[in-house]
Amino acid sequence: MFAKKSKTISSWGAVFAWAFLAGLLALVAIQLNSAQRGVLTRGEPAPEFTLTTFEGEVIGPENLVGKVVLVNFWASWCKPCEQEAAALQSAWELYEPRGDVLFVGVDYADTQNEALAYLKRFAITYPNGPDLGIRIYYAFRARGVPETFIINKLGEVAFVKIGPFESLDEITMAIDRLLEP
Amino acid sequence: MKSLAVSLLLVLMLGIFVASAAAQEGGPTPHPDEVNAIARNLYCPVCANVPLDVCGTAACAQWRQQIADLLTQGYTEQQIYDYFVQQYGPSVLATPPASGFNWLIYLLPPAVVLLGALFLSRGLLNWKCKPAKRQLAHKKSAKDKYAQHLEDELRARR
Repeated sequence: MFAKKSKTISSWGAVFAWAFLAGLLALVAIQLNSAQRGVLTRGEPAPEFTLTTFEGEVIGPENLVGKVVLVNFWASWCKPCEQEAAALQSAWELYEPRGDVLFVGVDYADTQNEALAYLKRFAITYPNGPDLGIRIYYAFRARGVPETFIINKLGEVAFVKIGPFESLDEITMAIDRLLEP
Repeated sequence: MKSLAVSLLLVLMLGIFVASAAAQEGGPTPHPDEVNAIARNLYCPVCANVPLDVCGTAACAQWRQQIADLLTQGYTEQQIYDYFVQQYGPSVLATPPASGFNWLIYLLPPAVVLLGALFLSRGLLNWKCKPAKRQLAHKKSAKDKYAQHLEDELRARR
């Protein structure tokens, strides 16, 4: 009687141990898969995000519909970001009057005073805000700064730039082809 | 007498100036050790696995300055951790908060140790018991063999 009960407990223990191990392996597999997916690529739907700018303006999915959106990840401590800052601002001044192009600066792992000083130094006027909780950065599966994603009017990632833009022409070339009818 | 009054007035004005300057600052500048005591419990996402107190990048230097600024503003240690979690997410903490999937970190090691101990103890018990059983079974079978042989002999003699 006792031996039978003990055997039942032992077989349930084995089932539990194997189920536990399988669950653990599944968890590791999911983590590994998400870690190895790499940066968002062209054609993938752009992740939805909401950014509150340093001025308190909220930019959400409703502000992006039907627009070409340039999402630039930057930080004040990032030296390569400085190389493209002026070109990005020039491009914004070029496209802002059209109304169908939006630039969004996402400040990654930064401190507010230094970020504001950076924006002032490069006279940047397009919407910029801190990436609270680093959620937008992870949603775009970014791997560093600067990184820029251009989203077409259908809400798909149409262009990815790892590292700084070399010139204003490089930015306009990427955007213009998305504005063609 | 007049010069004494002027001097006193000057000293008083200087005192008021220093006091107002200190009040504007928000408090005394924290010692680097105070900053590092908090920084060693934080990790910046830019430099993987390097605690903030020893990390040499510009980003980490800015974060340490941020800690100093918050201490000057009168934030407590816990309030500073909360601020950093709100700004940069829970992964900045050296000790993850016990919530959601993070519970696994706290539950898994003791559970594995417990299960290991259970299997080990069972294994040891079996290892200890089995030879005795086997010996008994062997003895019994040997005895049966002789008994059978004896009975066969007796049967043959009858």
